[in-house]
Amino acid sequence: MPASASDPYDLAVIGAGSAGLAGAVTAAELGLSVALLDASSQTGGQFYRHPAPSLKAARPEALHHDWAAFAELRRRLEQSDVSHLYGHHVWAVAKEDNGLWALHAVTGVDGTAERSVRVRARTVLLATGAYERQLPFPGWTLPGVVGAGGAQAMLKSGLVLPGRRVVVAGSGPLLLAVASSLAAAGAQVPAVIEASGYLGYARRPRALAANPQKLVEAAVHGAALLRHRVRLRTRSAVTEVHGTDRVEAVTVTRLDRDWRPVRGAGRRIECDALAVGHGLAPQIELATTLGCATRPLADGTSALALDGLQETSVPGLWAAGETGGVGGAQLARAEGELAGLASAARLYGYHVREGRVRELQRRRDRLRAFADAMTVAHAPGPGWTGWLTDDTDVCRCEEVSAGSIREAIADLGARDARTVKLLTRAGMGWCQGRMCGTAVACLAAREGAVESSAERRPFAVPVPLSVLASLDEPAGIEPDTAPGVDR
Amino acid sequence: MARTPADLVGANPGPSFEITMDGSPVTALPGQSVAAALWSAGILAWRTTRKAGRPRGVFCGIGQCYDCLAVINGEPNRRACLVPARPGDVITTQEGHGHAGLSV
Repeated sequence: MPASASDPYDLAVIGAGSAGLAGAVTAAELGLSVALLDASSQTGGQFYRHPAPSLKAARPEALHHDWAAFAELRRRLEQSDVSHLYGHHVWAVAKEDNGLWALHAVTGVDGTAERSVRVRARTVLLATGAYERQLPFPGWTLPGVVGAGGAQAMLKSGLVLPGRRVVVAGSGPLLLAVASSLAAAGAQVPAVIEASGYLGYARRPRALAANPQKLVEAAVHGAALLRHRVRLRTRSAVTEVHGTDRVEAVTVTRLDRDWRPVRGAGRRIECDALAVGHGLAPQIELATTLGCATRPLADGTSALALDGLQETSVPGLWAAGETGGVGGAQLARAEGELAGLASAARLYGYHVREGRVRELQRRRDRLRAFADAMTVAHAPGPGWTGWLTDDTDVCRCEEVSAGSIREAIADLGARDARTVKLLTRAGMGWCQGRMCGTAVACLAAREGAVESSAERRPFAVPVPLSVLASLDEPAGIEPDTAPGVDR
Repeated sequence: MARTPADLVGANPGPSFEITMDGSPVTALPGQSVAAALWSAGILAWRTTRKAGRPRGVFCGIGQCYDCLAVINGEPNRRACLVPARPGDVITTQEGHGHAGLSV
């Protein structure tokens, strides 16, 4: 902790998942004062999301892979001086005139407590993770259609299922994990519907050979699916959901190599829920607002461009985990530790343990290579828009249909997601385009290359006007007992 | 094979309590979110959209999509997937932006 309440922290970490935890404990063990901010009341992020203590789960690890790694990070956190500021929804990061970083947050379980908090720090580690990427299809707004990661999250934290018979669909390795855990928790999972093939991985033999543990993971999930009699159908997609007020069945259609639906190949599966997702998108708006450089990924999303020690293009701001490209918890831990070491070296000129740094960098590069292969293998094919009907809602918040978006493009001359947004309101609602951004960008690109939609949102979470109004009133900010924090 | 999620993780929560959804009683476990309690009662929708009046509930499950907005104890626009259920909570369907009663 800083010596006095007016001192800034040496390092502020945003996000208490694998990357943030690893960064925070590494820096704290080197003597840095560290604040760890997270919206949730528990550590673990989305991957290690687990039941609230009062649900008294004796075996939380039954829903997890590699729980021991999280338990170890949690133990180190408990033994450290890290200030864990939970229930903090960070809405902006800014550089102040004095050269310090200021993290602005609203507090409460869902950020509506209307208490404004400002945390000052010399350096920042952004470990905000990712959110699920979605592609729309007819019926995807019906109750009972939930994100694949969403179903997993509700299961891990609340011990609930969206239905008794749940189809899992979309693309990416997360689907296998979701299907395994839903089935283990008692749901009947008739099928996993994967839009890609798995042959894509074979084109990157070196990335596969260097990461045998990933193949073991796949085999574990595969065995679980067999045991629960879950059928895996590749090169297929759910192209329609049936039901009036909730899911009653889905239609599964064969896809060609470009994800174009093959006519006449539809098959109906009865179910009461659908868990669907098309991979993950890095959550990077806090960094892009500061002008951090990004790099386009093979699946049309953007990640932060980082140097060999995880620093962004803005000095003093590091990033780790999914913010630099989706790659999983092991990679996130390695990157978090690297960023923690790098920030300590910058602030106090510590002799960075070169052996450890090289080891972490080798591990990171190996896991990144696998992550890149995974991104390529599951990148959406251009033909997916073929399953949209004109009355399919693309933007869930503002209820903007594919027809309106096509009209904006064909008749009104829109060529990018931003213009479509201005003409139709797609992406202007509560979620600020997180659910429809990919789809709108793909539609706007038509035959051309999809322009990677940079995550530019000046407010990372909704902020009450009263909070903004009080920012420049020193009297409105009461000193707090916690060091480095104004409330 | 576990029959329920609670069996799978060996959950042994404290006594359940009651909340209401549009006046009907719903049982919740301590530590569950409002959305989790509603799901376990088989309720998947507690909001109607502004334009088409269509039902919605949890979609992303992690506070990103805002599809699960509910009126909780008279306060609209609360994300049910994030807010923990408390004994006696009164949940009502959120219609549109949730401010119809205020005529704004």
